[in-house]
Amino acid sequence: MTEGSDTSKRSWPLWEVFVRARRGLAHQHVGSLHAPDATMALRNARDVYTRRSEGVSIWVVPSSAIVANSPDEKDQFFDPAQDKVYRHPTFYDVPEGAKHL
Amino acid sequence: MSGIRTLPPLAAYSLALGDDALILAQRLGEWVAHAPQIEEDVALANIALDLLGQARTLLGYAGAVEGAGRDEDDLAYLRDDRDFRNVQLVEIPNGDFAVTMARQLVFSAYQYELYTALGSSGDATLAGLAGKAVKEVAYHRDHATQWVLRLGDGTELSHVRMQAGLDQVWPYTEELFDPASQLRGVAADPATLRPAWDQYVTSVLSEATLSKPEPRWRSRGGRDGLHTEHLGHLLAEMQHLHRSHPGATW
Repeated sequence: MTEGSDTSKRSWPLWEVFVRARRGLAHQHVGSLHAPDATMALRNARDVYTRRSEGVSIWVVPSSAIVANSPDEKDQFFDPAQDKVYRHPTFYDVPEGAKHL
Repeated sequence: MSGIRTLPPLAAYSLALGDDALILAQRLGEWVAHAPQIEEDVALANIALDLLGQARTLLGYAGAVEGAGRDEDDLAYLRDDRDFRNVQLVEIPNGDFAVTMARQLVFSAYQYELYTALGSSGDATLAGLAGKAVKEVAYHRDHATQWVLRLGDGTELSHVRMQAGLDQVWPYTEELFDPASQLRGVAADPATLRPAWDQYVTSVLSEATLSKPEPRWRSRGGRDGLHTEHLGHLLAEMQHLHRSHPGATW
């Protein structure tokens, strides 16, 4: 199999699992698991993460396909945003009766 | 316990189907913490619990129809092996993972056709159970199919072992299609389930590059209480707690 990471003979590749709890919501990352290929990853995800009716839709993604920022880059990535409160939409009044905000 | 031969036909039928589910649930439970990966532990435990749920309904119904005051626990824990009515297929030891998957494939494919047919049973309880259980079993069948395909059409070694698993299980498949009940309009005639079962299993085996075994013998008699030596050992483990501590709760 070419999908997934760590294709050594002894261990199955790792997959990240995303579950959508209800129609209209976004898929949320719920955890990871091992599986030999995508088809089995989906089935394992169903068994491990939705056995108590947690979801209506599942995505699995090879962990190796996820690109993450490096912890070393934390300062340049995130610190500059901390003192810019004006980027938060808190400087106007919400009209009465407006829902779903 | 009182002789089971005197059961009303509907109770006997429900008991036979319930025993199939109960004994296989117990067998699959043995895999927990022993499967190749923890994900597979969970998958097999889920399947076992589905089967246990079916068994509870079917045994409870058998007891209610019998009308002698026996509930699902009495039937599960207080019968000896000769009073069990399951086919021998479900009681044989798990063997390796390939044996278990071979058994899951042939049994789930059978149960799928069975519950599909029972969905239009004249008995409301059986029809209701079947309508719900057929979805569970569709997943069981798919799970086994995925594994048989991967192991059969995998490496040279996995192919050999998957074929060996099939060879071990196959003599027990014929028994699934022996007559189980004469209840017209209520029970499903096993012989009518066979063509669809055969078609499904044959196509999986073919895709998995496995050959259909041609055994020289076949099991028989499970529905009449004739079992392999393995059932007694399974029951000893399953029934021990209940018999040692009657009425224990937790």
